[in-house]
Amino acid sequence: MKLAVHDEAALLARILAGETELFHELIRPYEKLVYVTILAIVKNETEAEDGAQETMISAFRYLKSFRGEAKFSTWLVTIAMNEGRKRLRKAKAAAEDSIDESTAESEGDFTPAVLTDWREIPLEALEKKELRSKLREAVEQLPDKYREVFVLRDIEELNQEETAAALGMNVTLVKVRLHRARMMLQKTLVPYLKSEAPGRGGFIRRWFQ
Amino acid sequence: MKLDCKHVWEHISGYLDHELDPALLEAVQRHLESCEVCSAVFDSTRNILVLTADDRTFELPVGYSERLHERLAAVIASDEPGRG
Repeated sequence: MKLAVHDEAALLARILAGETELFHELIRPYEKLVYVTILAIVKNETEAEDGAQETMISAFRYLKSFRGEAKFSTWLVTIAMNEGRKRLRKAKAAAEDSIDESTAESEGDFTPAVLTDWREIPLEALEKKELRSKLREAVEQLPDKYREVFVLRDIEELNQEETAAALGMNVTLVKVRLHRARMMLQKTLVPYLKSEAPGRGGFIRRWFQ
Repeated sequence: MKLDCKHVWEHISGYLDHELDPALLEAVQRHLESCEVCSAVFDSTRNILVLTADDRTFELPVGYSERLHERLAAVIASDEPGRG
Protein backbone atom coordinates (compact mmCIF):
# COMPACT_ATOMS: atom_id res chain seq x y z
CA MET A 1 0.00 0.00 0.00
CA LYS A 2 1.43 3.33 -1.00
CA LEU A 3 0.95 6.30 1.25
CA ALA A 4 -1.29 9.12 0.16
CA VAL A 5 0.86 11.92 -1.20
CA HIS A 6 -0.04 14.38 1.55
CA ASP A 7 0.83 11.85 4.26
CA GLU A 8 4.17 11.33 2.59
CA ALA A 9 4.89 15.06 2.42
CA ALA A 10 3.95 15.42 6.07
CA LEU A 11 6.19 12.52 7.03
CA LEU A 12 9.08 14.01 5.09
CA ALA A 13 8.69 17.34 6.82
CA ARG A 14 8.61 15.73 10.26
CA ILE A 15 11.68 13.62 9.55
CA LEU A 16 13.64 16.64 8.38
CA ALA A 17 12.46 18.52 11.46
CA GLY A 18 14.10 15.89 13.63
CA GLU A 19 11.71 12.97 14.03
CA THR A 20 14.17 10.72 12.26
CA GLU A 21 12.55 7.51 13.53
CA LEU A 22 9.71 8.15 11.09
CA PHE A 23 12.04 7.35 8.22
CA HIS A 24 11.13 3.69 8.80
CA GLU A 25 7.51 4.48 7.96
CA LEU A 26 8.41 6.66 4.99
CA ILE A 27 10.23 3.91 3.14
CA ARG A 28 8.07 0.95 4.15
CA PRO A 29 5.87 1.14 1.00
CA TYR A 30 8.96 1.10 -1.23
CA GLU A 31 10.98 -1.78 0.20
CA LYS A 32 10.05 -4.09 -2.62
CA LEU A 33 10.40 -1.43 -5.32
CA VAL A 34 14.00 -0.79 -4.37
CA TYR A 35 14.91 -4.47 -4.04
CA VAL A 36 13.37 -5.56 -7.33
CA THR A 37 14.89 -2.60 -9.16
CA ILE A 38 18.40 -3.55 -8.06
CA LEU A 39 17.80 -7.26 -8.53
CA ALA A 40 16.84 -6.57 -12.13
CA ILE A 41 20.26 -5.03 -12.68
CA VAL A 42 22.60 -7.21 -10.64
CA LYS A 43 20.65 -10.51 -10.91
CA ASN A 44 21.97 -11.69 -7.58
CA GLU A 45 19.81 -11.78 -4.46
CA THR A 46 22.53 -11.08 -1.93
CA GLU A 47 23.84 -8.14 -3.95
CA ALA A 48 20.30 -6.87 -4.40
CA GLU A 49 19.59 -6.98 -0.68
CA ASP A 50 22.86 -5.24 0.17
CA GLY A 51 22.19 -2.66 -2.50
CA ALA A 52 18.67 -2.07 -1.24
CA GLN A 53 20.01 -1.39 2.26
CA GLU A 54 22.62 1.01 0.88
CA THR A 55 19.95 2.75 -1.19
CA MET A 56 17.74 3.36 1.83
CA ILE A 57 20.72 4.58 3.87
CA SER A 58 21.69 6.99 1.09
CA ALA A 59 18.12 8.19 0.88
CA PHE A 60 18.18 8.91 4.61
CA ARG A 61 21.51 10.74 4.46
CA TYR A 62 20.55 12.82 1.45
CA LEU A 63 16.91 13.33 2.31
CA LYS A 64 17.36 17.08 2.41
CA SER A 65 18.32 17.10 -1.25
CA PHE A 66 14.95 15.62 -2.17
CA ARG A 67 12.93 18.71 -2.93
CA GLY A 68 9.72 17.17 -4.05
CA GLU A 69 9.94 18.11 -7.73
CA ALA A 70 9.87 14.38 -8.47
CA LYS A 71 7.79 11.83 -6.66
CA PHE A 72 9.57 10.29 -3.70
CA SER A 73 9.26 6.85 -5.32
CA THR A 74 10.95 8.09 -8.51
CA TRP A 75 13.75 9.64 -6.49
CA LEU A 76 14.27 6.35 -4.65
CA VAL A 77 14.30 4.37 -7.90
CA THR A 78 16.94 6.70 -9.30
CA ILE A 79 19.17 6.07 -6.29
CA ALA A 80 18.49 2.33 -6.55
CA MET A 81 19.35 2.28 -10.27
CA ASN A 82 22.65 4.03 -9.59
CA GLU A 83 23.44 1.64 -6.76
CA GLY A 84 22.61 -1.35 -8.96
CA ARG A 85 24.69 -0.10 -11.87
CA LYS A 86 27.61 0.63 -9.59
CA ARG A 87 27.48 -2.94 -8.28
CA LEU A 88 27.13 -4.35 -11.77
CA ARG A 89 30.17 -2.42 -12.97
CA LYS A 90 32.15 -3.79 -10.06
CA ALA A 91 31.03 -7.34 -10.80
CA LYS A 92 31.83 -6.93 -14.48
CA ALA A 93 35.25 -5.49 -13.78
CA ALA A 94 35.88 -8.51 -11.58
CA ALA A 95 34.97 -10.87 -14.37
CA GLU A 96 37.61 -9.79 -16.85
CA ASP A 97 36.25 -11.40 -19.96
CA SER A 98 32.67 -10.36 -19.45
CA ILE A 99 30.80 -8.84 -22.34
CA ASP A 100 27.86 -6.51 -22.16
CA GLU A 101 25.05 -8.32 -23.88
CA SER A 102 22.98 -5.18 -24.14
CA THR A 103 25.36 -3.53 -26.59
CA ALA A 104 24.83 -6.36 -29.06
CA GLU A 105 21.08 -5.99 -28.94
CA SER A 106 19.30 -4.12 -31.69
CA GLU A 107 16.09 -2.22 -31.22
CA GLY A 108 14.76 -4.03 -34.29
CA ASP A 109 11.64 -5.84 -35.22
CA PHE A 110 10.23 -8.45 -32.94
CA THR A 111 7.69 -11.11 -33.68
CA PRO A 112 5.66 -12.80 -30.99
CA ALA A 113 5.20 -16.54 -30.78
CA VAL A 114 1.93 -17.55 -32.29
CA LEU A 115 0.06 -20.43 -30.78
CA THR A 116 -3.68 -20.39 -30.59
CA ASP A 117 -3.47 -22.99 -27.82
CA TRP A 118 -2.80 -20.19 -25.39
CA ARG A 119 -6.38 -19.21 -24.97
CA GLU A 120 -7.25 -22.61 -23.52
CA ILE A 121 -4.95 -22.11 -20.56
CA PRO A 122 -7.04 -22.33 -17.44
CA LEU A 123 -6.31 -19.82 -14.72
CA GLU A 124 -5.19 -22.65 -12.46
CA ALA A 125 -2.25 -23.17 -14.77
CA LEU A 126 -1.08 -19.68 -13.94
CA GLU A 127 -1.08 -20.61 -10.27
CA LYS A 128 1.69 -23.08 -10.83
CA LYS A 129 4.85 -22.43 -8.93
CA GLU A 130 6.92 -23.71 -11.80
CA LEU A 131 5.45 -21.21 -14.17
CA ARG A 132 6.27 -18.36 -11.84
CA SER A 133 9.86 -19.51 -11.69
CA LYS A 134 9.99 -19.75 -15.51
CA LEU A 135 8.80 -16.18 -15.68
CA ARG A 136 11.47 -15.07 -13.21
CA GLU A 137 14.12 -16.78 -15.33
CA ALA A 138 12.78 -15.27 -18.52
CA VAL A 139 12.85 -11.78 -17.02
CA GLU A 140 16.39 -12.36 -15.79
CA GLN A 141 17.44 -13.29 -19.32
CA LEU A 142 16.05 -10.19 -20.97
CA PRO A 143 18.76 -7.80 -22.22
CA ASP A 144 19.43 -5.11 -19.60
CA LYS A 145 17.73 -2.23 -21.34
CA TYR A 146 14.49 -4.15 -21.78
CA ARG A 147 14.57 -5.70 -18.31
CA GLU A 148 14.92 -2.33 -16.59
CA VAL A 149 11.82 -0.97 -18.27
CA PHE A 150 9.80 -4.15 -17.72
CA VAL A 151 10.66 -4.24 -14.02
CA LEU A 152 9.61 -0.67 -13.37
CA ARG A 153 6.48 -0.75 -15.52
CA ASP A 154 5.07 -4.24 -15.10
CA ILE A 155 6.49 -5.50 -11.82
CA GLU A 156 6.57 -2.26 -9.88
CA GLU A 157 3.72 -0.69 -11.81
CA LEU A 158 5.22 2.76 -12.15
CA ASN A 159 3.52 4.75 -14.91
CA GLN A 160 5.19 5.70 -18.22
CA GLU A 161 6.31 9.12 -16.98
CA GLU A 162 7.72 7.83 -13.70
CA THR A 163 9.59 5.08 -15.53
CA ALA A 164 10.97 7.55 -18.07
CA ALA A 165 12.10 9.88 -15.28
CA ALA A 166 13.76 7.08 -13.29
CA LEU A 167 15.64 5.79 -16.32
CA GLY A 168 16.47 9.19 -17.77
CA MET A 169 14.81 8.49 -21.11
CA ASN A 170 11.76 9.71 -22.97
CA VAL A 171 8.32 8.15 -22.75
CA THR A 172 8.37 6.95 -26.36
CA LEU A 173 11.47 4.86 -25.72
CA VAL A 174 9.88 3.45 -22.55
CA LYS A 175 6.89 2.31 -24.62
CA VAL A 176 9.02 0.78 -27.37
CA ARG A 177 11.22 -1.13 -24.93
CA LEU A 178 8.30 -2.28 -22.82
CA HIS A 179 6.59 -3.66 -25.88
CA ARG A 180 9.75 -5.49 -26.97
CA ALA A 181 10.26 -6.87 -23.46
CA ARG A 182 6.71 -8.19 -23.30
CA MET A 183 6.96 -9.78 -26.75
CA MET A 184 10.27 -11.44 -25.84
CA LEU A 185 8.73 -12.87 -22.68
CA GLN A 186 5.71 -14.03 -24.60
CA LYS A 187 7.92 -15.86 -27.04
CA THR A 188 10.06 -17.45 -24.32
CA LEU A 189 7.15 -18.56 -22.17
CA VAL A 190 4.82 -19.97 -24.78
CA PRO A 191 6.19 -23.54 -24.53
CA TYR A 192 5.59 -23.66 -20.78
CA LEU A 193 2.04 -22.50 -21.11
CA LYS A 194 1.02 -24.72 -23.97
CA SER A 195 -2.15 -26.54 -23.18
CA GLU A 196 -3.30 -29.88 -24.53
CA ALA A 197 -5.87 -28.33 -26.81
CA PRO A 198 -5.50 -30.45 -29.95
CA GLY A 199 -5.90 -29.92 -33.61
CA ARG A 200 -4.88 -26.36 -34.23
CA GLY A 201 -1.40 -26.90 -35.58
CA GLY A 202 -2.67 -27.25 -39.10
CA PHE A 203 -4.42 -23.91 -38.93
CA ILE A 204 -1.35 -22.11 -37.69
CA ARG A 205 0.91 -23.69 -40.27
CA ARG A 206 -1.43 -22.77 -43.08
CA TRP A 207 -1.67 -19.23 -41.79
CA PHE A 208 2.06 -18.68 -41.83
CA GLN A 209 2.99 -20.38 -45.09
CA MET B 1 -8.90 1.27 -40.84
CA LYS B 2 -7.88 -2.26 -41.72
CA LEU B 3 -4.86 -3.84 -40.05
CA ASP B 4 -2.86 -6.92 -40.84
CA CYS B 5 -1.53 -9.23 -38.11
CA LYS B 6 1.93 -7.70 -37.95
CA HIS B 7 0.49 -4.27 -37.29
CA VAL B 8 -1.78 -5.62 -34.61
CA TRP B 9 1.20 -7.16 -32.79
CA GLU B 10 2.90 -3.78 -32.74
CA HIS B 11 -0.08 -2.37 -30.87
CA ILE B 12 -0.62 -5.14 -28.33
CA SER B 13 1.17 -3.26 -25.57
CA GLY B 14 -0.67 -0.07 -26.34
CA TYR B 15 -3.92 -2.01 -26.31
CA LEU B 16 -3.10 -3.62 -22.95
CA ASP B 17 -2.17 -0.23 -21.51
CA HIS B 18 -5.28 1.50 -22.88
CA GLU B 19 -3.22 3.92 -24.91
CA LEU B 20 -4.61 3.54 -28.41
CA ASP B 21 -6.56 6.37 -29.96
CA PRO B 22 -10.23 5.55 -30.70
CA ALA B 23 -9.84 4.75 -34.41
CA LEU B 24 -6.87 2.46 -33.85
CA LEU B 25 -8.50 0.89 -30.82
CA GLU B 26 -11.54 -0.01 -32.86
CA ALA B 27 -9.43 -1.45 -35.68
CA VAL B 28 -7.36 -3.55 -33.28
CA GLN B 29 -10.46 -4.75 -31.48
CA ARG B 30 -12.16 -5.72 -34.72
CA HIS B 31 -9.09 -7.62 -35.86
CA LEU B 32 -8.77 -9.47 -32.53
CA GLU B 33 -12.40 -10.54 -32.72
CA SER B 34 -11.91 -12.19 -36.06
CA CYS B 35 -8.28 -13.37 -35.91
CA GLU B 36 -7.53 -16.42 -33.81
CA VAL B 37 -3.77 -16.01 -34.11
CA CYS B 38 -3.66 -12.43 -32.88
CA SER B 39 -6.17 -12.96 -30.11
CA ALA B 40 -3.98 -15.83 -28.88
CA VAL B 41 -0.94 -13.58 -28.90
CA PHE B 42 -2.94 -11.00 -27.03
CA ASP B 43 -4.25 -13.51 -24.46
CA SER B 44 -0.80 -14.95 -23.85
CA THR B 45 0.76 -11.54 -23.33
CA ARG B 46 -2.02 -10.56 -20.96
CA ASN B 47 -1.56 -13.82 -19.05
CA ILE B 48 2.11 -13.03 -18.59
CA LEU B 49 1.24 -9.63 -17.16
CA VAL B 50 -1.30 -11.21 -14.80
CA LEU B 51 1.41 -13.58 -13.61
CA THR B 52 3.92 -10.73 -13.32
CA ALA B 53 1.58 -8.76 -11.10
CA ASP B 54 1.13 -11.76 -8.81
CA ASP B 55 2.96 -10.99 -5.57
CA ARG B 56 4.24 -14.53 -5.38
CA THR B 57 6.17 -14.25 -8.64
CA PHE B 58 8.70 -11.68 -7.50
CA GLU B 59 9.08 -12.15 -3.77
CA LEU B 60 11.35 -10.57 -1.22
CA PRO B 61 13.85 -12.84 0.55
CA VAL B 62 12.72 -14.12 3.95
CA GLY B 63 13.72 -11.65 6.67
CA TYR B 64 14.58 -8.91 4.16
CA SER B 65 12.43 -6.26 5.79
CA GLU B 66 13.66 -7.03 9.31
CA ARG B 67 17.31 -6.83 8.25
CA LEU B 68 16.70 -3.61 6.35
CA HIS B 69 15.04 -1.86 9.28
CA GLU B 70 17.61 -3.14 11.73
CA ARG B 71 20.40 -1.64 9.65
CA LEU B 72 18.48 1.59 9.18
CA ALA B 73 17.85 1.86 12.90
CA ALA B 74 21.60 1.75 13.52
CA VAL B 75 22.21 4.48 10.94
CA ILE B 76 19.36 6.65 12.16
CA ALA B 77 20.56 6.39 15.75
CA SER B 78 24.04 7.59 14.84
CA ASP B 79 23.29 10.07 12.10
CA GLU B 80 21.30 13.09 11.07
CA PRO B 81 19.28 13.11 7.85
CA GLY B 82 19.89 15.53 5.07
CA ARG B 83 23.58 16.18 5.50
CA GLY B 84 23.99 15.87 1.74
